[in-house]
Amino acid sequence: MPNLKDLKNRIDSVKSTKKITKAMQMVAAAKLRRAQEAAENARPYAERFDAVMGQLAASVGDSETAPKLLRGTGKDDTHLLVVMTAEKGLCGGFNTNIVKKSIVRIKQSLADGKTVKIITVGKKGRDVLRRQYRDHLIDHVDLTEVKRVGYGDAQDIARGILKRFDADEFDRCFIYYGEFENVVSQHPREQQVIPATFDKPEEDADAGQTLYDYEPGEEEILADLLPRGVATQIFAALLENAASEQGARMTAMDNATRNAEDMVEDLNREYNRTRQAVITNELIEIISGAEAL
Amino acid sequence: MADTLKFDLVSPERRVASMQVTAVRLPATEGDMTAMPDHAPTLTTLRPGVLHAEGPDGTVEFVVTGGFAEIGAEGVSVLAEESLPRDEVTQETIDRMVEEAAKAHAKAKDQFDNQPGPVDDAAKLLSDMVAMGEHIGLSPKQPSL
Repeated sequence: MPNLKDLKNRIDSVKSTKKITKAMQMVAAAKLRRAQEAAENARPYAERFDAVMGQLAASVGDSETAPKLLRGTGKDDTHLLVVMTAEKGLCGGFNTNIVKKSIVRIKQSLADGKTVKIITVGKKGRDVLRRQYRDHLIDHVDLTEVKRVGYGDAQDIARGILKRFDADEFDRCFIYYGEFENVVSQHPREQQVIPATFDKPEEDADAGQTLYDYEPGEEEILADLLPRGVATQIFAALLENAASEQGARMTAMDNATRNAEDMVEDLNREYNRTRQAVITNELIEIISGAEAL
Repeated sequence: MADTLKFDLVSPERRVASMQVTAVRLPATEGDMTAMPDHAPTLTTLRPGVLHAEGPDGTVEFVVTGGFAEIGAEGVSVLAEESLPRDEVTQETIDRMVEEAAKAHAKAKDQFDNQPGPVDDAAKLLSDMVAMGEHIGLSPKQPSL
């Protein structure tokens, strides 16, 4: 029979765990709100940017002189994967899902005989990928110290990528991050950033496209904007990631709290039953002792 | 003819301003330009400088460090790399911006082995930053070019 004291201890331990998970859930909820706000604030810029880039890219098209960032290097030998995950765990399957998604690409690229290089952003992704693909990891970006991702962080990452691109270290670049749909669902996403891809402008059906004057020329503007586009995309991904992480953590911690509640209930029931058994036992002993007299 | 146009100033992190204005003076790369209602659709890159938005209630000024502007039928959208209302710009902000530009210049010199293109661009960026600082009366500490 389980000891009463032990049961009591276990109940207390589960209760304090519950307090912690509850607190983490609340913290995640608060952080989620901020992350969502940040993501929303960044949206106007990203939207305008994409619209302009789409237009420019469509008008420059596949011309020979188009910048390399748009056209690609003409080869498809080396893939650079930028895997963005969280710095911390305890957020359900969030990190695992992103990593899994990238591993699908790694396996496929390797099977196609391509060279794969990986840059990780966030400790959790690095930990997993290092175990499996140690030789492919070329860099890691540490955001542990960063409380709130800013555009500067995205620029730093983008600069690193562009430098490698200029040095001809890779041909295509993909980023992996968690897309925030709502608090309970986040999806791992893969997005190609180099060569740049844009949604084709849709409005060519109605009223035709506006014809812009470009100052300086189209291609100069494009060459100026493409590197910024990489930073913008990474920034958007980082923000989505931050929101997704908090969303995932909130859900995970909510589950944990509920689970702890169930456990406390079960343990309490067992505790009461055991206590009752002990009392009954004592009574039996007393009664049978009295009868023996 | 409409007498006002919509003016949006957005930076990657937030929307800095959105209002109806009568004219916007932009620090474009190839010289300042003023956009008024019914301006021809134009897309231009920006250099670091001061942007003036003339609204019905007076002129508002913003400091931008680069980016681009789209003048379209609906109005002017400025997508600035970094932008601040002019009142919020302090000596430290300017110093930091200039320092960053100076660093980029040094790096470009180093990396591109004094090829004219990138180094000139970086030098221009630096001098633009310095000029912008002087323009708004906060002369930077290190204008050595």
